[in-house]
Amino acid sequence: MNGKNKHTTKKLIIKSRTENLSSLREFISGNAYDAGLTANDIDDIILAVDEACTNIIKHAYKSVPDEEIIIEIDYNSKKFTIKLIDHGSAFDPETIPLPDLQRYLKQRRVGGLGLYLMKTLMDDVQYISVPGKYNQVLLSKNLNSSQA
Amino acid sequence: MAEFNTSVKDQGEISVVYLKGFLDAHTASNLENTFSGLVENNKYKIVVNFKDLSYISSAGLGVFMAFIEKVRENAGDIKLTTMSDKVFNIFDLLGFPLLYEIFNTEDEAVKKFEENK
Repeated sequence: MNGKNKHTTKKLIIKSRTENLSSLREFISGNAYDAGLTANDIDDIILAVDEACTNIIKHAYKSVPDEEIIIEIDYNSKKFTIKLIDHGSAFDPETIPLPDLQRYLKQRRVGGLGLYLMKTLMDDVQYISVPGKYNQVLLSKNLNSSQA
Repeated sequence: MAEFNTSVKDQGEISVVYLKGFLDAHTASNLENTFSGLVENNKYKIVVNFKDLSYISSAGLGVFMAFIEKVRENAGDIKLTTMSDKVFNIFDLLGFPLLYEIFNTEDEAVKKFEENK
């Protein structure tokens, strides 16, 4: 691989506790900064990853603490990707329609906004679920347009 | 660990809630407790000052959703003020400005309650 297409990868493993969200945000923030993303893009990524991890803790692991969440960052000069892996309950995002926000707000529904934020803040969001084995969510942000 | 705390200042029948730090799925219960305390004491005229709030996720936004109905049923409201652009953008992305009055300053929010007496 030549320097231009060089990939940098980083990995963090945390337990499924919401108190770990702050160290996860710091891990994402530091690496996104190193990747050369703009401050706005870094904010978007931090929030999207926080939402993804919160969903894993609450839904995949049903708030059971001390389960494992694996976070892998991979970036090159074009793309910054975060992969979150858990071994909890399978999740099919297709079963959760993106909310009609007007209606959603009128119904005062509390949950489900995280997925909407993730899809809005990131350039690409992909779920892979292998029931009984693992779930993986892949969040990507392109660097091209955000590079100064 | 990220810090979050709230403090409440009584201003006549209006309660001003100051948020500080990082409001996420871990710290949202802290704000829930603050709102619960106000509601239990029949304090339904609430101004939330975001001046020192650095971060909010949907779990934090959810707390506002959870209380707004109860508060309005009791002739009150939750008015929001002094948000950073970053925090406002998240509220805006989720359409919250349709549901909540957002003011530039705490005074404006307090005055709005006083006008509607």
